[in-house]
Order: sequence, then structure tokens, then C-alpha cells
Amino acid sequence: MASDGKSVGKGVGTSVGDGRLGRLLVPAVPFLWLGALFLAPVAIVLKIALSDATIAQPPYLPVFDWSEGWTAILDALGALDIENFALLTEDPLYWRAALSSLRIAAISTVLLLLLGYPMAYAMAKAPEKLRPVLVMLVILPFWTSFLIRVYAWIGILKPEGLLSALLLHLGLIDEPLAIMNTETAVFVGIVYSYLPFMVLPLYATLEKLDATLLEAAEDLGCPPWKAFWRITVPLSLPGVAAGALLCFIPIVGEYVIPELLGGSDTLMLGKTLSDEFFKNRDWPLASAVAIVLLVIVVGPIMVYRDIETRRMERAR
Amino acid sequence: MTAAAEGRKRDTLAIGAVRRNFAPWADPAAVPLIRFEKVTKRFGEATAVEDLSLDIYEREFFCLLGPSGCGKTTLMRILAGFEEPTSGRVTLAGRDLIGVPPYRRPANMMFQSYALFPHMSVEKNIAFGLEQEKLPKGEIAARVAEMLRLVQLEPFARRRPDQLSGGQRQRVALARALAKRPKVLLLDEPLDALDKKLREETQFELMDLQVKLGMTFLVVTHDQEEAMTMADRIAVMDRGRIVQVATPGEIYEQPATRYVAEFIGDVNILEGRIGQGEGGRWHIAAPEAPRGLLVDGGGDGVAPGRQVAVALRPEKLRLLQDEPAPGTPNVLAGEVWDIGYLGDWTIYLVKLASGRTIRVSRANATRFVERPITWEDKVFVTFAPEAGVILTR
Repeated sequence: MASDGKSVGKGVGTSVGDGRLGRLLVPAVPFLWLGALFLAPVAIVLKIALSDATIAQPPYLPVFDWSEGWTAILDALGALDIENFALLTEDPLYWRAALSSLRIAAISTVLLLLLGYPMAYAMAKAPEKLRPVLVMLVILPFWTSFLIRVYAWIGILKPEGLLSALLLHLGLIDEPLAIMNTETAVFVGIVYSYLPFMVLPLYATLEKLDATLLEAAEDLGCPPWKAFWRITVPLSLPGVAAGALLCFIPIVGEYVIPELLGGSDTLMLGKTLSDEFFKNRDWPLASAVAIVLLVIVVGPIMVYRDIETRRMERAR
Repeated sequence: MTAAAEGRKRDTLAIGAVRRNFAPWADPAAVPLIRFEKVTKRFGEATAVEDLSLDIYEREFFCLLGPSGCGKTTLMRILAGFEEPTSGRVTLAGRDLIGVPPYRRPANMMFQSYALFPHMSVEKNIAFGLEQEKLPKGEIAARVAEMLRLVQLEPFARRRPDQLSGGQRQRVALARALAKRPKVLLLDEPLDALDKKLREETQFELMDLQVKLGMTFLVVTHDQEEAMTMADRIAVMDRGRIVQVATPGEIYEQPATRYVAEFIGDVNILEGRIGQGEGGRWHIAAPEAPRGLLVDGGGDGVAPGRQVAVALRPEKLRLLQDEPAPGTPNVLAGEVWDIGYLGDWTIYLVKLASGRTIRVSRANATRFVERPITWEDKVFVTFAPEAGVILTR
């Protein structure tokens, strides 16, 4: 069989060349996709970030003129204008927004982990027949628009809202809740919205965990609660990493939740970016913020990828 | 002779001394280490173990043997504490085990899948059980080193389980279970995942180890060859019950029931009706043997008129090309249907007039045979009265 295949290949010389072209075409598709829909937009944003704001349509000056060809591009590169980035480092507002974003994302991720781990654990321990139903229940909220779900939280959290009314009725509080438009509300919204992204990867790891490992630990004299810490937790760390990064990365750039539930004192980069873009019409500065956000978020993604590749190698 | 080889020889001698006269089950004064008393285990509607009683003695190498689903694994898991019996009592060294969680039982288990902790190195795996006892660090290290030496894995101490071969993993699992010096070591299909050659080597290593450590081993297996090689005694199980508990030799030569006879080794079964008794032997009228059968006396329930089965092991049958003298009993006439040449043995399948095939095996003791038996030869299968076993069940 193998020799047959070889003789055919030899006989029709051109088919070898065609095969090579085909082999190049296959990876070319995702590369084109990435180039057109990811790299090109980033390049455009970067170009805007390097330009100056102006009152015009569009509201920024070109960095170089395409019509002047290569010399203009090279000139522009020679006198690179990074004043927008310089401004970001100088104005404490941006520092505070960046740090606040990271802080809120970090705290939210920890809260998500504390809430999501027990949920995922319970799901993985549930009777096998029940598990698909539980997974379905976790995914179900996605069937409604994210925006509508965050709006719904306003109705729950506002002083005359459902939660406040319930607590007043139960006599647990004396005056209406004042958590709307505070950071607490932002945390509630974030934890609610991102919980599935934490629960699902955790569930996937915990469900695959070999139950005989826990029996072996118990057989060797380890009580179940201790076996949880010595066996279950270390073996679920890949799921913890996946869930944490899947939540942390988008939360850093989160815009809708702090905009709708947060107050004026809730600083986050996503909100700053939108303010620069829509309120100040300073597209170059907004673009610079976007680039900074990208850089902040790329770090954790690299870490995650590194963990994933190492895990895949080990699995092999 | 090298020191290692000499050491090995001494060990072998020690095994002989230990195993030669070892039979605590025959001693009415001996107290069993493990007792199952009327143990029943049900999972919903299904009964895994039914009203089972069994005694296992200290230093015994005991095998639970049976097909999958016969309840042998459930019985072991009851002893380990992973299942609670629906009714009955289990004691270990006089202590009632019912209600004692697995982590407080002085028994350790080697799992069929080995269940090694993938995130720990070999030495951490072995140390795990010792750390639970809160032993001093130095003692744990010493015990781990001893175990690594015992299973010859010293160079692999820092490897993780996924960096080991199947045989090495099996040794780690064994070392981990032995490290706590349990009163009884439970082995669930310990050699199932190994290839044939490694399995045979490991069988003898396990026997060596068991004698060296003076420990009680309880092995669950579905492989009769494995059980026969290793065990002091075997319990043959069928549908939640024990059919026979005996030494490998007894199990093979005096099977208690047709099930045991057919489960262990190859066997030919002839049906017949008991006739006259004659000096501890019985005449049996069997339609497939026109001259009748004469077989050594069976156990209970053998009485004239009783319908019985006669079990005949292939290696205890003789194959003749010339018809035996008239009047001799135990003659089955047939034709060679097929021959399997195995080198040391040859298997002949002889088809009787009734259509039944009888399996005869013959040791190839000489290199050349004058009149070799070949396909479609007319042959006569005969056997001595003591070769057959009368089975009433």
C-alpha cells in the first residue's frame, strides 16, 4: 500500500507541488483571519493613539499622509509622537484608573473563586444524571442579553428595589439599602455576570478527577476533609487558573457594569476609555488607553498559555 | 556466585521453610486474623455478596477468585471500609470493623488502577501514608528509602508517576501500600495491567515479598493461573457466594462443584447415573461410555441411582490407538478431530460418536514418536478410576 502511494507521487510530479500549496493554504486561513480582524484593528488603534486630537471628522490628525508614500511613513516613525502615552503616565487619573481596575478585577476574581469552587464541586459530586441539568442551569442566563441582566440588578439593588424591600420587611435593616452606585454594587454585578466563566472550567477539571485517588488517600489514613486539600485542590489548580484568567482578563477592561451599577467614584479603565472617547472626543488619548489596557491584559494571557501548554505536554 | 544471587537463593530457601508446613486453617486452635461472618451486601435490588462467611489467617496469601461481578471486589472493599455491609460482621485481629472509616483501618490497598497521586513524586507518594501518622521526618525518610529499596526504585524517587513505565508504577503502588506496614495488604487485580511476561515475574516477586515481610495478603483476581501460582488458599466465588475454599491443589484435583471444576483449568464433563458401589468406587452408567465408568468415591450425596457429573482433567486421560482388552471400563471411542501442538504439550480433541468433543493433553516427553496420532485416526480415550471426580452439584 505504502509503495503504491509513493509511485503515484513520483509519477505525477506536479501533484507534490499542489499538495505543498494546499498545506500552506490551510494555516493561511486562520492567519488571514487574525491579521484582518485582530492585528489590523490594533494597528489602526495604535496609529490613532500616536496622532493628535482635533475638532474635525474624524476627530484626530493623521500621523502621516498615505499619498506621500513611504517617505512620509518613515518620517513619522522618525519623529514618533508618544505624547498621549506620556500624558497617561503623568496624569494620576489614569494611574488610579488602571490600579483600580486591577484591584477590582483581583478582588472579583477571588470572590468568584470562593463562590464558584463550592458550586463546581457540588456539581461534580452530584448524581451523574443530574449533572447536565446543573450545567444547563449555569449556562441558562446567557440566553438573556447581558445588558438586560445588568439592568435588572439596578431594580434589585436600588434603595427602593427588591433587595432593600425584602430586608426591610424582614426587619434586618432599618433604612433602605445604599449600595446602588457604589463599588459593592459593581462587585455584585461582576460576580453575578462572570460566575459561569469561573464555574465551568472548574467543573470540567473537578468532574474528571479520578475518585479512586480520594479512596487511595483515605485508605492511607487521610480523612476526607484533609484529602480535599491534599488531593482535590492541587489537582484542580489548572481549572482554577483557567477560571481565574477567564474572569480576570475581561474584568480589567469591564465597562458596562461599573457604568450602570457603579458610582462616579468607581474608577475603571474601561469607563475612562469611554469617557475620553465619547465625552471628551479625544480619540487619540482613548486609543492610547486601549493600547495600555491591551498590554496589561496580555501578561496574564501569556501566563495562562504557558500553564496550558505545560499541562498539555504532561497529559501527553 | 554474586552476592545478589546468593541472597536470592537464601530467600528462596526461606520461602520453602515458611510455605512447607504452613496450614493454620487446618489447626482448630488457630485464631483467624480476618473474619467475615454472614456478610451480605446489597446495592438496591442487586445482591453483590450473600450470607458469606470466611476466615483468613495471619501470614496467609489468600486469593478471592471469580469472574467479574461475582462479588469479590465488593468483599475486598468491605474489608477496606469503602462499602458497609448490609448485614453481618467483619473483624480484623479481633476488632469489629463495622462503622470504622477506611482511614482508621489497619489495612492498606493496592488499587487496580494503582491510583498514584499524579502531582506527587514517587517518594512523596510512598511517604503520604506515613505523613498521615505524623511520624517524625527522619523516620518517614528512612521508611521511604527502605520501601524504594524493597521495590528497586531508588533511582526513580523524584520522578512523577507519568514518567514511569507500567511495571514501575505497579511497584510504586505496592511500596505505598506496604509503607504503613498494614496488618493486611489488599491487592485488587494487582497484575492486570501488566503484560504477560512481566506478570509472571511479578507473581513470584509478590510471593517472595509476602514471605519476607511476614504479612497477610488478600488478592482479588479473575485470573485462575495467577491465583493458583501465588495463593496459599483460594476462595472461588460465584454470584456473591463462596463455592469452595481450599489450597490450589485441592481446588484443582478435588473441585467441590461443576462450577469450580470448569472455572479452574480445562475439564471434560461426562454425565451419568450411579450404579453399584465396589470397594470405595462406583460404577456409573454413562451413555457416552458403552463399557461404563468406574470412578473413585465422591463426597456427600453419592448414592445409587443419583444423576452425577464426572470431571476428567485432560492431562489425566490416555490416548490409545489399539482397542483396550474387553471388559476394561472407562473407555471412550472416538476420532481425532483436531490437534494443537504447543511444544511441551499436545492437545488432542477427540470427537465421540455422540458428537461431544473430549480434550486430551499429552506431554511430549520424547522427541520422536513411532506411531504418531494424526487427524481422523480412530482412538480410544481411557483413564484410571482415581483420575475422575464425581460431582453431585
